[in-house]
Amino acid sequence: MLNHETRWSKIVYHTLICLMGVVMLYPLLWMVMSSFKESKTVFLTANSLIPQKFVLENYANGWTGFGGTTFATFFGNSFYIAILGTIGGVLSSALVAFGFARFHRFPMRSVLFSCMLISMMMPFQVVMVPQFIWYKKLGLVGSYAALILPRFFGEGFFIFLLIQFMSGVPQELDEAARIDGCGNLRIFLKIIMPLCVPALITCAIFSFMWKWEDYLAPLLYVKGTRNYTVSIALKLFCDPASTSDYGATFAMATLSVVPTLLIFICLQKYLVEGISTTGLKG
Amino acid sequence: MMVTSKRRFFQRDQNVGFLFTLPFTIGFFVFTVVPIAYALYYSLTNYDVLTPSVFVGLNNYINLFTGDAVFWQSLRATTIFSLVSVPLRLMFALFVALLMLRPSRLSSLYRAVYYMPSIMGGSVAIAIVWRRFFASNGTLNALLGLLGISSSYAWLGHPNTAMLSLILLDMWQFGSAMLIFLAALKQIPQELYEAADVDGAKRSARFFRITLPMLTPTIFFNLIMQIISAFLQFTKCYIITEGKPLNSTLFYVVNLYYQAFKYYHMGYACAMAVFMLVLVGGITYIMFVTKKRWVYEV
Repeated sequence: MLNHETRWSKIVYHTLICLMGVVMLYPLLWMVMSSFKESKTVFLTANSLIPQKFVLENYANGWTGFGGTTFATFFGNSFYIAILGTIGGVLSSALVAFGFARFHRFPMRSVLFSCMLISMMMPFQVVMVPQFIWYKKLGLVGSYAALILPRFFGEGFFIFLLIQFMSGVPQELDEAARIDGCGNLRIFLKIIMPLCVPALITCAIFSFMWKWEDYLAPLLYVKGTRNYTVSIALKLFCDPASTSDYGATFAMATLSVVPTLLIFICLQKYLVEGISTTGLKG
Repeated sequence: MMVTSKRRFFQRDQNVGFLFTLPFTIGFFVFTVVPIAYALYYSLTNYDVLTPSVFVGLNNYINLFTGDAVFWQSLRATTIFSLVSVPLRLMFALFVALLMLRPSRLSSLYRAVYYMPSIMGGSVAIAIVWRRFFASNGTLNALLGLLGISSSYAWLGHPNTAMLSLILLDMWQFGSAMLIFLAALKQIPQELYEAADVDGAKRSARFFRITLPMLTPTIFFNLIMQIISAFLQFTKCYIITEGKPLNSTLFYVVNLYYQAFKYYHMGYACAMAVFMLVLVGGITYIMFVTKKRWVYEV
């Protein structure tokens, strides 16, 4: 009797979870499946996930892009910005985190630490307009430098996460290395960095995903179709002036989430750990 | 002399920390302090980027609060959005996290499925999908057609349903909140539940007397972070509703963006940014002050 009941509750449980899961994934599935439908039938058959005729032409059509610039360029630009920004952000944050985690008495430490917390909470949206005015004076508007350069000076969230991780690395390791004649820089490079690889990967994943998806900053600073990122280019499909090729739109939208999806599938462990331990938003 | 004193400074071991944190110090000054100083200064001027700025005193702030209906509309829309979507999202996240707690061979798969939307939800791709989903010839109406309800209702064309579509998109991304809750739930000591069982506590009592109080620090943290991030939403609104209809879904940041980069009212936009800073800071402050009242701390 009891056994019977638990089996029923098991079935109910899994059915409920699966049903909700289908609802959760439906919009994503719909996007992917629509990209394989004939463009003119996307909305005539919007109630069905399965294409009547399975076509790949949307990918070819969408890839041609806008005004002679193909999506190869847009993807290249996005990768360039996201990868360079990620390298700069993670390495500089690690350096700064090492300074905070291993040295507890240097001039202005507590002030700088508070500044780090402030920069962590300070939203880009607050500073975007004055920053634009400032970058315009510096001549950074219209170049990728405005998007990439600031990353090389450490990012609050990653500094914070890495400080926490580095504090967990035993101080004795540093001291042993110091006795063997290692300087601070070598301790950082040879001892701390290798031990922090999991935390560095977590930071790199978040950094890449945020920069890949970012829309607002490129909208302000990127000028000229040739320099567009994928997210800016996707928005062009929505503009009233463009022809509404919905098949191509969904084909390119699908491709644009592929890097995120791959990271999610391959590195899920780091993602989940990063969110559960720090509350970083995904 | 100079060289020796410099050398002595860095020989004091601790001072090397200053050197390591130097990138941040410079970056914070150049990319945060200067822009905020700029915001304060330009908010007192009229500035259109091309011609020199003109000092106008507090005019921008006075206009903001007394003469600008659109500003109030955007503040209202953003507030409604944040106050409805964040609690709903957190409740849903907690509900699903509780379901996920049950051990099962499939739990990691389930977790992945529920989490997936939240890593892509902020992207332009999803915003475009959402826009087509709620269009009058879109997916939602087509699905209603399957149920025998023939509808060509323009969900995004009416104030309430347009807002609803944005709230739904936000709720859909409950994944990261769910993961945080899941981690917190696993840390609640099992002894508490065992003690409750001995006392004959009902399921509801276990939830309201143990689970919920033990989760309050997590709920608190999530509440602050997500209300702030809901308040700062841009992409969703900009692409899905564009603030339409009648500015009923015009988010604060989209309004700010329009003022600065569509109308080139840079000074006015700076005043809006300063107000936003005060607002975000204020929300955080209030949350921390009231924290003691309802957060259970060990």
